[in-house]
Amino acid sequence: MSNFIEVAQQAVELAQQSTPSSALSADELKSAEAAQGAGMAYGLAAIGPGIGIGYLVGQAVQAIARQPESAGQVQTVMFLGIAFTEALALLGFVVFIMLKFV
Amino acid sequence: MILSQIHFPSIKNIVEWPNFFGDGWYGFNKIALIALIAAAVPAIIFFIAGRQSKLVPRGVQGFAEGIVSFVENQVAKPGIGTGYEPYLPVLISFFCFIAVGNLFEVIPFFQMPLNARMGAPLVLAIIAYLFFIMVGMKHNGPVVYLKMVAFPEGVPKAMYILVTPIELISTFLVRPFSHAIRLFANMLAGHILLVSFGVLCIAVWTLKLVAVLEVLTFPGLIVFTAFEIGVSLIQAFVFSILAAVYIGGALHPAH
Repeated sequence: MSNFIEVAQQAVELAQQSTPSSALSADELKSAEAAQGAGMAYGLAAIGPGIGIGYLVGQAVQAIARQPESAGQVQTVMFLGIAFTEALALLGFVVFIMLKFV
Repeated sequence: MILSQIHFPSIKNIVEWPNFFGDGWYGFNKIALIALIAAAVPAIIFFIAGRQSKLVPRGVQGFAEGIVSFVENQVAKPGIGTGYEPYLPVLISFFCFIAVGNLFEVIPFFQMPLNARMGAPLVLAIIAYLFFIMVGMKHNGPVVYLKMVAFPEGVPKAMYILVTPIELISTFLVRPFSHAIRLFANMLAGHILLVSFGVLCIAVWTLKLVAVLEVLTFPGLIVFTAFEIGVSLIQAFVFSILAAVYIGGALHPAH
């Protein structure tokens, strides 16, 4: 906890004394490009699985509404399908972490 | 705007912890402590529940039997199908260990999910991987099992050029990694989410912008904490049901 408070205080101090710098060094430029690429990677990777999971859960809700007694089975299969669909978005997230931090 | 310049902690600050007893090969840090607790808590619960076995379960025994019947009905039966009984213990172990390890994400003073480091999910996924391969080889025989994986039934002969490499790569190479990354990335994303909201709350508090922005960040922190409890349990469920599906696929490779 104290770690986070320190980090937050440092962040606030940085924010208060920061001065705009005009010229970017090569490292800064590279990390800026990596950050842009990271944002693009996760944003694009989230589109498909978002649509897929929405469709999947919608169909599962429809199935449960039609046949409430099969709700348990439908839910299990739904979670399985979500797990497989979500993997693509999570790969995008891993790419994001690697570009941004590693 | 001053808020746009807040620097969030880097990934090293939020997932790496110093060793308790100095740096050596025995390095023992918070993650290892959480792993030990996550292994001990279900063991103690099931031990106590096993000591006082009564016909009508109450208290700890009722809780333990609830876990067992949940895993049996929601994970093992749909995932494996007939003949699931011998594999119930390993699925319950996966479920309990991962659920307790994940719940440390929201327990005060720990607030670090065990599975947000790649080590724990990778080892669990490798255990599941070796387990389902051994089950398949023991149940069907090694040659028959490999043949059933590589040449699934009901596929036209010419399609085997395409199907066999895909099946072999997806079963024996990609499976443990996707199994591990699914758990790891979910928990790391949740951890980063909570840390971001926590840092934002503290920063807003320090900047004396309380009246303006604390109304947004603090309820957000509470809501996402509740959300992460759900995600922790769902990820434990998903990991164990995927292990069950893999075991089921090794047992009955026909489908």
